[in-house]
Amino acid sequence: MANIDISGVKKVYPGNVTAIHDLDLSIDDGELVVLVGPSGCGKSTLLRMIAGLETITEGTVAIGGDVVNRKEPAERDIAMVFQNYALYPHMSVRGNLEYGLKNRGTPRPEIDKRVTEAARILEIEPFLERKPRQLSGGQRQRVAMGRAIVRHPKAFLFDEPLSNLDAKLRGQMRIEIKRIQRSLKTTSVYVTHDQLEAMTLADRLVVMNAGRIEQVGKPVELYEKPASLFVAGFIGSPPMNIFETATLRELPGVSLPASLPQGADVIGVRPDSIVLDQPAGAAIALKGTVELIEPVGGESHVYVRLAGIEQIVILVVQGRATFGETDEVAFYLPEAALHPFDKTSGRRIE
Amino acid sequence: MQTKRTIFPNKGLPYLLLAPQLVITFVFFLWPAGQAVKSSFEREDPFGFRTTFVWFENYQRLFREPSYINSLWTSLVFSVAVTAISMGVSLLLAVAVNRLLRSGRIYTTLLVWPYAVAPVVAGILWWFMFNPTIGILPYVLDALGINWNHRVNANHAMILIVLAASWKQISYNFLFFVAGLQSVPQSLTEAAAIDGAGPFKRFWTIVFPLLSPTTFFLLIVNINYAMFDTFGIIDASTSGGPAGATNTLVYKVYADGFLGLNIGSSSAQSVVLMAIVIALTAIQFRYVERRVQY
Repeated sequence: MANIDISGVKKVYPGNVTAIHDLDLSIDDGELVVLVGPSGCGKSTLLRMIAGLETITEGTVAIGGDVVNRKEPAERDIAMVFQNYALYPHMSVRGNLEYGLKNRGTPRPEIDKRVTEAARILEIEPFLERKPRQLSGGQRQRVAMGRAIVRHPKAFLFDEPLSNLDAKLRGQMRIEIKRIQRSLKTTSVYVTHDQLEAMTLADRLVVMNAGRIEQVGKPVELYEKPASLFVAGFIGSPPMNIFETATLRELPGVSLPASLPQGADVIGVRPDSIVLDQPAGAAIALKGTVELIEPVGGESHVYVRLAGIEQIVILVVQGRATFGETDEVAFYLPEAALHPFDKTSGRRIE
Repeated sequence: MQTKRTIFPNKGLPYLLLAPQLVITFVFFLWPAGQAVKSSFEREDPFGFRTTFVWFENYQRLFREPSYINSLWTSLVFSVAVTAISMGVSLLLAVAVNRLLRSGRIYTTLLVWPYAVAPVVAGILWWFMFNPTIGILPYVLDALGINWNHRVNANHAMILIVLAASWKQISYNFLFFVAGLQSVPQSLTEAAAIDGAGPFKRFWTIVFPLLSPTTFFLLIVNINYAMFDTFGIIDASTSGGPAGATNTLVYKVYADGFLGLNIGSSSAQSVVLMAIVIALTAIQFRYVERRVQY
């Protein structure tokens, strides 16, 4: 168990491609931090630098107060779960679990104890003597987890561990990972591009874009107060609606609330905070034509084309929609639900 | 494995399409093989006027002949040495090239060239380099106090053909090993590195076991090569000498049949070789293709 301190870390690949620009992040002991971002944002590179699989161009990574820049992966006392599981195909499940312990010269009784313990936690006892190819995707995933658990490492590193599973299994394993992490209280860094996975797993969420951190915080904080347009668009599904205030002002009969801060040339509104009935407080009133309705069970996603401009607005309506496609609808963006942003910097304006 | 069945509207068409390959197989393989089996039971007089059917006499004589037993032993030493050297060196080269990212291609291309050299040319090449009178290597070896002469020294002759034959086969093995190494996922080595295995341990406990299908395939192919495909090299360098020291089974077939004109014995030897090839191929199909996997 240990905290992880990343300070001033930079990664430049040959050919002068900068994957990570001067990044600082500290992860507390026992915390589960999720790195999320689109592909190529540098999240995997950062994880691999913590693991020691990638060299660090500049800055330091410290695990439990020890700077590990020059240490081999084996000496960092971390365990990693790979996207393709990376199970040793020629070894049985037991062999896979034992490998790391044997390499470290753990005594036999201790190895057996830990393997039994990990197998019990992950419910893989019946498969211990099987080869990885005889297991299903979910079982392989468990073995990969087990290989990390048996080592009792200072930190777990997860590199998109669920992206090879089908949707249902992914949901189950997500809960499983959270449960295990909670009970073991091992510091964990989890990389994913799936914002739902990120939101549900994270103690703290780190949104990355183009080699930089956009925002760090609790998942709910990021959802409720995105610090930038990028975070606003990335977190939440369906994504936040973005309007240019200049365009809205030109629409006939539309007035913007006076409380809108100076310089807010872009505003964002979550699809689920748009309402159909006039709210009590100030609100922006808009009209449009329904283009498409997606019923997703408990709620419906409604795509509305704004009257006067070619912009699609997404609304989340509870239950069934009371109108049909091609109908005209009026809706309101409540003042309290507006997220003001500066267009050029993309930052939030308070 | 499910194979797709093609339905031909005309019954004769499939046979017609197969005919060229079948004709080649028959004319160049089955017919000569049949002839060899037939003449291995016969004895022919030196002028080819009279042949008599002698049952197994050729075979009985063969296994009583000390020079044949000697040739069997020579072949064994030769093929074990060639297989070990060519596979060992090529694995080493493949591992080295596999570590390179960009320059790997250039090395691969260069390392494959010897495979394009005809066996006879390879034999002559090494014969020149090791030639006691005009070669460069005996000159160097002389400085080290070794008096190289493969014309009189049996061990020197054996070393020469082993080197020449291995050199030529390294390219082939190298290609397979590189392909095999590239199919071992990078994440496995990374996982092993995190699991505390050093580079040497990673290779022997993870990479090498995963290469075993390639290794077993190459083992059979290399034994086959050393036993049967090295005639050109031997003929061009040592011609089986000195005093039969490099007279392998396949060279002896040629020497007894075409030089000694003992067709019966030569045929019997061919049939023995054929049996060995069949056995090796059977092993390859039975075990290599099915058993060796993980």
